[in-house]
Amino acid sequence: MPAAENVHRHPTKSNARTSAGIATVGAIRKKTSADHWQIGATRGMVATSQNLITISRNANFHEQANSGPGGHVVSGVRVLVGTRKGAFILTADGRRERWNISGPHFAGWEMYHLKGSPVEPNRLYASQTSGWFGQKIQRSDDGGQTWEPMGDKFVYEGVPGTHQWYDGTQHPWEFKRIWHLEPSLTDPDVVYAGAEDAALFRSSDGGRTWQELPGLRGAKGALWQPGAGGMCLHTILLDPAHPGRIFIAISAAGTFRSDDNGQTWRPINRGLKSQYELPDPDAEVGHCVHRIAMHSSRPEVLFMQKHWDVMRSDDGGENWREVSGNLPSDFGFPIDVHAHEPETIYVVPIKSDSEHFPPEGKLRVYRSRTGGNEWEALTKGLPQGDCYVNVLRDAMAVDALDPCGIYFGTTGGQVYASANAGDTWNPIVRDLPAVLSVEVQTLP
Amino acid sequence: MIRVVLPAHLRTLARVTGEVQLPVPDPSTQGGLLDALEAAYPVLCGCIRDHVTLRRRPFVRYFACGMDLSHEPPEWPLPELVKTGTEPFLIVGAMAGG
Repeated sequence: MPAAENVHRHPTKSNARTSAGIATVGAIRKKTSADHWQIGATRGMVATSQNLITISRNANFHEQANSGPGGHVVSGVRVLVGTRKGAFILTADGRRERWNISGPHFAGWEMYHLKGSPVEPNRLYASQTSGWFGQKIQRSDDGGQTWEPMGDKFVYEGVPGTHQWYDGTQHPWEFKRIWHLEPSLTDPDVVYAGAEDAALFRSSDGGRTWQELPGLRGAKGALWQPGAGGMCLHTILLDPAHPGRIFIAISAAGTFRSDDNGQTWRPINRGLKSQYELPDPDAEVGHCVHRIAMHSSRPEVLFMQKHWDVMRSDDGGENWREVSGNLPSDFGFPIDVHAHEPETIYVVPIKSDSEHFPPEGKLRVYRSRTGGNEWEALTKGLPQGDCYVNVLRDAMAVDALDPCGIYFGTTGGQVYASANAGDTWNPIVRDLPAVLSVEVQTLP
Repeated sequence: MIRVVLPAHLRTLARVTGEVQLPVPDPSTQGGLLDALEAAYPVLCGCIRDHVTLRRRPFVRYFACGMDLSHEPPEWPLPELVKTGTEPFLIVGAMAGG
């Protein structure tokens, strides 16, 4: 079955550059969700899942719990894990020490992505896909205890047209799967879906029906070309400060922005350089963007993990500059932003596009507290030898607790968590199928 | 009634166990059977055939009476033993090595 990572076509890039740091600005909390949540309601919970297991683990975090006055726990987290063979839901209270693990949900299916509504956190959307039986969209309205299949008729608007194919010919758009689901920030019935072959779909009825936003493919779509992982729309960022503004990213086409709710789009790739991937390193489209991230308090600032290079934009994607700095490799897939420190960002360096594992066999998250350029390795609790897993683009997330929790999953089936912004790590679970995606919900 | 055996993943999706039994209007064709199956279990739409073109998905096979009917057109009449319910119509996920 197709891989959820890009396999690439160019030589290793050596990278040990350093450059000046960027000033840190004040911390602002992310919006947190507000809904009821129960820990441990897992057994016999999903009509469409099989072979559910429920286990608890003590993850032995070293750092402080998330506590309110008097020391009582004030909140919890629900981690939604998509894997190659099903979905898993990991829950803990605000201390993030003891974990309840339920799953596999939808056993045997590739679960590319699960995500909860920010305004109705017990509403979860899930992308369930299979090389045999196609695409399904599942929805839960009780935090993952039960699921209902929604609509899965993803039909390109009008005559789909063509895009570049591997052999240089034009190839018709063909729907393959949904990589990413992004619920609206304000309406639990509105959700966006990023497809392969790359397109953006929107549902306004809770996932029952889907309509393409075809203007995106009008943004030089005929020039887009799949990477070996497929031509997937994998990132959708909804701008909380500018209603109607949406950022998306496609491999291997680049980053695009709409300012009118997805009706019209334009490429925003100025400053990206792909000298090993494109004949024109500064091409308007064609860049292999792996992931983009923003902090909701400063949506004009975007961070990008490109195929090679970690990039930053301070003007809503109009211009990008490299902030790879002293990373041991600036190849990688995920990138994320600390929940309360908009200048603190995280990446997981991978050796190269031809060797999709950590440099030196050491699994290290790198953190920059200066918005890039100056990076520190976070290693405590992570394997520092003989580790050859990958961390895929949608497999990192942050919670909104204080201290901020960071989570990522590996192709080796481990889900690691840090309850102290990355200072120390522990595995929540070690032996899942290859992890495709990780999302976390912060719950009261 | 025509008997249909679904692969495990589609039984789970359709929330059925064992065989599915369907009335299929005359003339009982392969396409008519799939129409009836999807009408009875809408969640299966898109899983066996493409939503729009109604072409069989590449890794789905149709077997009956010891024959591979996967490449027969939708208007192909079902075998008599399937029409009478003596033999089931099997919808199968194609083999995958690894």
